[in-house]
Amino acid sequence: MYKPSVVSVVKQSVHSMKSKRSSSIVRKYGLVLVLLAAIVFLSLFSDAFLTLDNIMNVLRQVSINGILAVGMTLVILTAGIDLSIGSVMAVAAVIAASIVHVNPGLTIVAVIAGMIAGGLLSSVSGTMTAKLSVAPFIATLAIMTVARGIALIYTNGRPIVIEAPSFLFLGQGSIGPVPFPVIVFAVICALVAILLNKTKFGRYVYAIGGNENATKISGINVAKVKILVYIVNGFLAGLAGVLLASRISSGQPNSGLGYELDAIAAVVIGGTSLFGGVGTITGTIVGVLIIGVINNGLNLLDVSSYYQQIVKGLIIAGAVILDQRSKR
Amino acid sequence: MADSVLEMRHISKAFHGVHALKGVHFEVRRGEVHALMGENGAGKSTLMRILTGLVQPDEGDIVFYGRPLPIDSPQTALRHGIAMIHQELNPIPEMTIAENIFLGREPEYGKTGFVNKPLLFRQTAELLDEFRLKLDPRTKVKQLSVAQKQMLEIVKAVSYNARLLIMDEPTSALSEEEVQTLFHTIEKLKQRGVPIVYISHRLEEIFKIADRVTVLRDGEYISTTRIEALSKDELITMMVGRPLSNIFPKEAAKIGKPILEVENLSRSNVFSDIQFNVRSGEILGIAGLMGAGRSEVMRAIFGIDRFDAGEIRVDGIPAHIRKPADAIRLGIALVTEDRKELGLVLCRSVKENMTLASLNALSNGLFINRLSEIAACSKMTGDITVKMSGLDQTVQSLSGGNQQKVVLAKWLMRKPKVLILDEPTRGIDVGAKAEIYRLMSDLARDGMAIIMISSELPEIMGMSDRILVMGEGRIKGEFMRGQVTQEEILECAIGGAGIV
Repeated sequence: MYKPSVVSVVKQSVHSMKSKRSSSIVRKYGLVLVLLAAIVFLSLFSDAFLTLDNIMNVLRQVSINGILAVGMTLVILTAGIDLSIGSVMAVAAVIAASIVHVNPGLTIVAVIAGMIAGGLLSSVSGTMTAKLSVAPFIATLAIMTVARGIALIYTNGRPIVIEAPSFLFLGQGSIGPVPFPVIVFAVICALVAILLNKTKFGRYVYAIGGNENATKISGINVAKVKILVYIVNGFLAGLAGVLLASRISSGQPNSGLGYELDAIAAVVIGGTSLFGGVGTITGTIVGVLIIGVINNGLNLLDVSSYYQQIVKGLIIAGAVILDQRSKR
Repeated sequence: MADSVLEMRHISKAFHGVHALKGVHFEVRRGEVHALMGENGAGKSTLMRILTGLVQPDEGDIVFYGRPLPIDSPQTALRHGIAMIHQELNPIPEMTIAENIFLGREPEYGKTGFVNKPLLFRQTAELLDEFRLKLDPRTKVKQLSVAQKQMLEIVKAVSYNARLLIMDEPTSALSEEEVQTLFHTIEKLKQRGVPIVYISHRLEEIFKIADRVTVLRDGEYISTTRIEALSKDELITMMVGRPLSNIFPKEAAKIGKPILEVENLSRSNVFSDIQFNVRSGEILGIAGLMGAGRSEVMRAIFGIDRFDAGEIRVDGIPAHIRKPADAIRLGIALVTEDRKELGLVLCRSVKENMTLASLNALSNGLFINRLSEIAACSKMTGDITVKMSGLDQTVQSLSGGNQQKVVLAKWLMRKPKVLILDEPTRGIDVGAKAEIYRLMSDLARDGMAIIMISSELPEIMGMSDRILVMGEGRIKGEFMRGQVTQEEILECAIGGAGIV
């Protein structure tokens, strides 16, 4: 093993001072502290907070945003952004709803159709970004508008009611005490974490976000990796849309409005750099939980929903400022 | 001392308990060019960061023009006329020369907040005149060359009534000609009595331009000497703490058959009729001025840029290279001149950078084999010493020389047949340079074909078996090792015809 000499330690300290040091341990630690502080605070001020029922309730509420945030993490790691996922959710929701509306037995088909719709829409964003060099912000803004239009045209602007029990189980059912969406969220987290940490694809995602040109010159098909990232994100948005439809028992063309912003907030709170290349799924999970716990806590404390918006905004800003400082 | 402008005494600074500077002395006199030398990590940067107020010293004091001056912020330094010309320049590209120079202190109509543009442009024109720069104050900075941007920074510093200028590697991106212009400017500054602290890794320059030299090593003050009293070898010995017996350890290698052949390669307005080959065991040096088209040819061969006409053959077989992946598959590797832009993923680890081009070989299907990956990296770090805390350290926290070694390791891991090195030692310290030369020599001996682009003639002369000289997008001449002088190469590059 290499043992650093005094000289090299001096050299390293001088150089680490030059560049912003980003120890992921410190970062995670700081965020987990925020989460723990929120939990301690809420359990002191509300008896209802630290109960099994409420915990499961919080987890159920965060799982849809969580699934979106995991996909968004991939996109942001490549130094991209996806504004279209809220609308993509709506398309997936109405397509899935229309299928089980006609034939209640086709739950699995409906889920797969919703996910494929999401993947297709996002593949367009990805292609525009990767092949035509359209800025991700613009490409996905365009798809956001187009997808919303598709959802409205498909339904004529009216919600599609869902009565199929097997489909409703997806968003409303539980296995034991654990709500089904929570299980889906957990599985997605595990799969994407493995994808990022153990596979070539994951390594390329980080490398592209860190330095796209250097990655290209290392012989990697950057466009392909980027398009795949957007497709995976689209699949997950589709899945989230299907779960949302199940939870509200209908496919609504206006569902998912603004969901992209919650997902981005969770990713950023979770310590992923908007410049790409740095970030983890664990961080995103913590980010998702912080938002969820705060939402839930404010409800339990009977804070008016108008004030909740302000408190939430401040806490998001505060968490990120704290995180930035801990990195210095 | 009467003509002493700056005295930094007993300066110490520790980061996280580790000493970066230990009781360092630094004294600069009126109207002198004072070279500050040392390997990367010797403490030059820290000392200059203290002088410009970016870092506060733990101990020691600073006397500036006879008065004690605690420099507690960059603003204090600027107010007292201490200005630094940075290694990486960052003017605002979309703004004009005039707007850049007067950024934050634009002349106004009274105190209205409206910029007095006629006055702004007039004042700028006067400044440019003074330095005999033929530039229009209304030109946008994005249209300037690197050298011109640098001149702009110097003019800007002078316009602040700079009383001490610090230049950090000012020539690293300049052509031979532009260096002359810079030296001319430095002479003018000296005449005005402005002292200059000059940091550079290029020893030739130091001997040409500096009056005195202070050497730091491992955070300690070694000496301050008049430059005439030193030989190059003595200076190097002071910097590295041991004599470097031979900087260019080129061994004779068995030169075999041509590996890479390039025929009539052309790209309109960039280069034309490029024809050369490189054989196994051979180091082919490519000399020329900045903008001669050397890097562009290599980029085309490597599939980064396209070319209009011509043929590339690898092992005698015509190669179809459309993208870097094609070149890599054929066994070509390219270490680009700009390691931060094109070589490294700075925010990721040493390990991830080293294996980035080799993951296919280190994976079972989709999944990376963690053990093979670590084994491959360890094998590399056995051949190439990278000073790091471990394979998981991020590359951005390594010194320039060590970063360059990581790039080299990335490509050597693929066991290329042809290794193209574009300015492989730019901006790295003497010790790391020597190591890279050693490595090149070893690789050639083992049969690799190496192409080295370099703007440093001693390096070209010292390492190449054969030298091509490029100018204006063409090959101007070809010379064998030891059969040409630096002057002949330079003359050939500038215009004269070489012996082909």
